[in-house]
Amino acid sequence: MDAAGLAPLLALLAPLLGAAGVVLLRHRTPARELCGVVAGIAQFGLVATMVPAVRDGGTISVTLSTFLPEASIALRVDALGVVLAGTAAVLWVLTTLYAMGYLGTAADPALTRFHAFFCLTMAATVGVAFSANLITLYLFYEALTFITYPLVTHTGTPDAARGGRRYLAYQLGSGIAFLLPAIVLTYIEAGTFDFVRGGIFGPDAGGALLVVVYVLYLLGIAKAALVPVHSWLPAAMVAPVPVSALLHAVAVVNVGVFCVLRVVLDVFGADLVAELGLGVLTLVVASVTILFASFFALRLDNLKGILAYSTIGQLSYMILGVGLLSPAGRTGAVLHLVGHSFSKITLFFAVGSVYAASHRTLASELRGIGRQLPWTMAAFAIGALSIIGLPPTVGFVAKYFLFVGAVEAGQWAALVVLSVSTLLSAGYYLRILRSALFDAPLAVPAGGSGEGAGPLGGPTVTERGALVVVPMLVTAAVTLLLGVAPGLLLDLIRVSSG
Amino acid sequence: MNEITAAEQVGFPILSTLVFLPAVTLVALVFIRNDRALRRCALAGAVAVLGLSLFLVAAFHRGATDFQFGEQVPWVPSIGLSYHLAVDGVSVLFVPLTALLVVLVMLSSWSAVRQAPKAYLMAVLAFETAAIGVFTAVDLILFFVFWELMLIPTYVLIRVWGAGPQRGRAALRYVLSMLLGSAALLVGFVLLGVSYRSAPGSGGVLSFDLLALMGSTVPAPTQTVVFFLLAFAFALKAPLFPFHAWLPATLLEGPIGMAVFLAGLKMGVFGFMRFVLPLVPEAFAAWSWLIAVLGVVAVLYGALIALVQPDLRRLIAFASVSHVGLAMLGLSTLNAQGVQGALFLITNLGLVSTAMLLAAGFVHQRVGSTDLAALGGLAQRTPALATFALVASLGAVALPGTSGFPGEFLILLGAFRAYGWPVAIAVMTVILTAAYVLVFFERAFHGRIRSTIVEAAADLRAREAVTAGILGVAIVAFGFFPAAVLNYSSASVDDLVRRLDPASTLATED
Repeated sequence: MDAAGLAPLLALLAPLLGAAGVVLLRHRTPARELCGVVAGIAQFGLVATMVPAVRDGGTISVTLSTFLPEASIALRVDALGVVLAGTAAVLWVLTTLYAMGYLGTAADPALTRFHAFFCLTMAATVGVAFSANLITLYLFYEALTFITYPLVTHTGTPDAARGGRRYLAYQLGSGIAFLLPAIVLTYIEAGTFDFVRGGIFGPDAGGALLVVVYVLYLLGIAKAALVPVHSWLPAAMVAPVPVSALLHAVAVVNVGVFCVLRVVLDVFGADLVAELGLGVLTLVVASVTILFASFFALRLDNLKGILAYSTIGQLSYMILGVGLLSPAGRTGAVLHLVGHSFSKITLFFAVGSVYAASHRTLASELRGIGRQLPWTMAAFAIGALSIIGLPPTVGFVAKYFLFVGAVEAGQWAALVVLSVSTLLSAGYYLRILRSALFDAPLAVPAGGSGEGAGPLGGPTVTERGALVVVPMLVTAAVTLLLGVAPGLLLDLIRVSSG
Repeated sequence: MNEITAAEQVGFPILSTLVFLPAVTLVALVFIRNDRALRRCALAGAVAVLGLSLFLVAAFHRGATDFQFGEQVPWVPSIGLSYHLAVDGVSVLFVPLTALLVVLVMLSSWSAVRQAPKAYLMAVLAFETAAIGVFTAVDLILFFVFWELMLIPTYVLIRVWGAGPQRGRAALRYVLSMLLGSAALLVGFVLLGVSYRSAPGSGGVLSFDLLALMGSTVPAPTQTVVFFLLAFAFALKAPLFPFHAWLPATLLEGPIGMAVFLAGLKMGVFGFMRFVLPLVPEAFAAWSWLIAVLGVVAVLYGALIALVQPDLRRLIAFASVSHVGLAMLGLSTLNAQGVQGALFLITNLGLVSTAMLLAAGFVHQRVGSTDLAALGGLAQRTPALATFALVASLGAVALPGTSGFPGEFLILLGAFRAYGWPVAIAVMTVILTAAYVLVFFERAFHGRIRSTIVEAAADLRAREAVTAGILGVAIVAFGFFPAAVLNYSSASVDDLVRRLDPASTLATED
């Protein structure tokens, strides 16, 4: 193995060492938490060193273990993988810091477990990002399911157990019932598991069968949360905020969309998808998901619930961008993958900050809270603008590419869906913002807790602390930065989606 | 079929040493009175066998189809019997697996077996000699001798150290079932030997030598008869549906140590690969549909019954029936992936079934039961035990990243290739229902603590933790590095598949 092959292996190893460090230092906080931070920084550094090698369409390959003559557990780093792994690494560091502020740093075994599994999640995510073939991808994909399960059930309440069971059942069920057959059939038809840009099926592969395989992939990759395999995502909202951030922005759903991209670009190839008419099928599924999620979110009052359905809709923006089968559409999809991560994590951090400061969980309870939590609501505003797709945020740039892609592809219906959904998300986010920033603050409930901060703490509501506020402001700043200067990433994204 | 002798490879009869070292230890135990010394001596013997078996694996030429480490001494030349031991890619890994299981059984029963420990250890060692003999004998009659020898220690272990009140009946039932199979096996072997005498090139002499028999062809009518005789014997041992009835009873009534051997060493499936596939390939190919049907039915039946088992040990038994069905389905595909997958699966089951059973044993020692009604919330008191049980369960579910996955995946590939959609979908559904193991785990280990016994349960002791650690690491390691196993078997499996269908030589190479 040459030196270049070492970087992906180390990037996979860093979070594992981080997890080991967390367990070893379980009695020494905050050194325990800093293991995750250090490992995350190391991982980001390693991913960054790979950028020059992949920026021009190159790859770095390492084989770990041979499985079959045709299949191995192997890593292959390309631009798309670097985008996913890099985003995850940055947000991992920030989320770990935020978790220190939000969950505290008591020497509690539950927190040790939390941080250790957090690290393992990153190993699985990087594994997916750098997978060279379907076998390796499946291995890390399913590992991610199991590793995130203890995080979802972190609080240990009966509700958490129920939500966790649903999460596991959906993920595991769809993985075995749909994704595994899809992979086996792919191998039967193509004779290989390896990803190749442009597709791996020969000219004589059966058309009808490939349509079935494609549908199996869409159903099997439940992490992308397309209707009808979306309902694990709201169920997983029982988890504490840092875990939600992990699911929605850092690891799980990003991995889902990433897998769909891999299937379209590197298993089928855009040309074959177009030829089989599967682009339209993808657009239809994505559109249904977008509209369903947007309308559903409009009716909700629970903040985390709104964010969960918003995520379901936004993920389908990316899938829609893939289904347009035009270069601009794909660029928009990958840019939205990154942009949505930063925007949505900002929103989750803000919602968590509100909860930590005031124990409020409903949108209707946010009246006038902007005056008490100015930093939090400023960050919330930036995240919300980006999700709606307004300038000068990264959400706007991504949506711009999606619109251009829809025009390029001549898919006018997709334009309509994007526009309607934009209006709907503007509806539910702006409503919250208006009430939080401009309405009079919520009165202290009668018979409330008097002096101190009660459950609805009234006037004494203040920002929770630097560890909660600073990560939130950083992600908000990146949301703006990428909106103003998307050129920083566009080259890499164009290569990764080309 | 060529053979490399032990003299050429290592300079001493390594296989005979492996077979008889446990027997020598057994004799040594007779002279020891002190309980502690007794256990130490037995363990030392078992560890020595394990070490030597690892040396055997290290010295094995991978990638060769030859039989290796061969030793042959004429026994009764007039009727073609010889003492002949050798291993190839199909059998070599079962030697260290057996040795490992013996060590683990001794460690795990260190303090659990209080009644007559000397006799217990002697029975375990006797079983080890017979089992290693079964995996290394390449003379049919010698194989049969070892095969029968296993019955005695098995009977004694179940009868004397069994946990259940019905252990006497279970032991008798097991022995009677096996004797029924043995009769068929012996007739089948004799028919093979006689048929060899009339084959061209045999010089008109009897032979029961596997290598000689592989070099000649058995006429078609004889093949069919022999196939059914051997298939019956091995299906009983495996156990393949509908011959499985003895397994749940034995696992429930017998001691954990014996259950580990019965569920962990899939000798029936090994018998198919060792004798049925190479010696009567045409009959096997002709009747492979029957094996496939029984396999699929077993997979479904075992999984469905396991789904409603409130007792962990019965659940393991039916999961085992299901897994054997899957392995047989793999063999019936007649292609390299299916056969390779079957071999990997049964090797893996040696680890996973053992881990499940030992976890059940640890639970039983603490709570006095493996029934769901008595459990619940165990993880709060015994986190290490819960982790061990979880790793074992994940292996049983064949999660990618555990040693359960490669075998099931290869069998799926082979089944798709051989039978297309219907069978593959059936199998897939069932792999899905394998989640019953996880459901059981969840209910046994999580939730509220419901009994004072669970409340007071203590976590794994050092010796138990070592046992659990070895198995847990092995289950994960072979999940990520299946090539470590596949490299040993692939050449022999390819050779086996070529015999099943001479035309497939081309198909497997393109």
